[in-house]
Amino acid sequence: MADVNRGTRPLSPHLQIYRPQMTSMSSIMVRITGIACLGLSIIVVAWLLAMSTSEAAFETANGLLRSGLGKLIMFGATWAVFYHMLGRLRHVIWDFGYALDVRTSEKMGIGMFVGATILAVLAVVIL
Amino acid sequence: MVQFTLPKNSKITVGKTWPKPEGATNVRKFQIYRWNSDDGKNPSVDTYFLDMDKCGPMVLDALIKIKNEIDPTLTFRRSCREGICGSCAMNIDGINTLACIYGLDEIKGDVKIYPLPHMPVVKDLIPDLTHFYAQHASIMPWLETKTNRPAKEWKQSIDDRKKLDGLYECVMCASCSTSCPSYWWNGDRYLGPAALLHAYRWIIDSRDEATGERLDELEDPFKLYRCHTIMNCAKTCPKGLNPAKAIAEIKKMMVDRAV
Repeated sequence: MADVNRGTRPLSPHLQIYRPQMTSMSSIMVRITGIACLGLSIIVVAWLLAMSTSEAAFETANGLLRSGLGKLIMFGATWAVFYHMLGRLRHVIWDFGYALDVRTSEKMGIGMFVGATILAVLAVVIL
Repeated sequence: MVQFTLPKNSKITVGKTWPKPEGATNVRKFQIYRWNSDDGKNPSVDTYFLDMDKCGPMVLDALIKIKNEIDPTLTFRRSCREGICGSCAMNIDGINTLACIYGLDEIKGDVKIYPLPHMPVVKDLIPDLTHFYAQHASIMPWLETKTNRPAKEWKQSIDDRKKLDGLYECVMCASCSTSCPSYWWNGDRYLGPAALLHAYRWIIDSRDEATGERLDELEDPFKLYRCHTIMNCAKTCPKGLNPAKAIAEIKKMMVDRAV
């Protein structure tokens, strides 16, 4: 009740004490990976821009992306894309009114983490 | 709006540690949130020790034992002690539930008890539920009819009555709404799982004749659509109900009537 007038009363603790749930964690990760995908798109655009600017700029941008850290970031971004996709898929299933019980939702949550990891590793191996 | 940290006057300090019971062999540690409006101090967490060989099985038994034998100033709501009044809802071991039907044996380690999350505190474990009740009242929690009153009663088929199962059992304890991050950040305008479950209970009631008006009232970016199917509500409901499903059904009805 963020904006409700509390007078001088304290606000009871929330995030600080609530135990992380598979339901809430898999949900917030969809949003975090969504924001990460935006970051990824900026990186890809920067890479394309460098490509169209000059050979030296491309060498720099490409070198950064192919460095150890760059590869790690790109792997994380690949994982984020797949996780976000699976998360949205879960929302589509829910929006049709299916699989809304807690157990199935939690299983789908675990499936999103495992599935995104498998798909990201596959993508790296294949490409 | 989203605010991850607690306001200055709500930061929790270390409170008093009360003496251990003498001669007890089976001692358990309880950490309980304390605040009162009299001493002008910030909230604190007090530590109590109980002899578990002389304590009842439920969390509420422990709270009552502390109040009776150690610290009579400890304040909490309770009434029926069997999960039907919804008074003793609080945050126990990191989840919201009813103290009277949550067993001490379900908790590993120390027992940590806080008031329902992200609510104004009246005293100790008692949150101010004024706004929560006002939201419930706003969804018109009664049978709304237009046709003439029948001679005897409003009748309903067995199948139509079945649609109310999983909805009518709600005891309005506020565990679900105060477990919902969306309600934490937008509780001033988002109705929250409890009020929306009640809204659906009347929308789906075959005898109710105000379905359209009820849906109109909920067609709002905040009242209904702040639900992001996080599902903390269904996970924590001490009565095993599923507000997330009820909300999804309302969203479906919104689409169905628009297309």
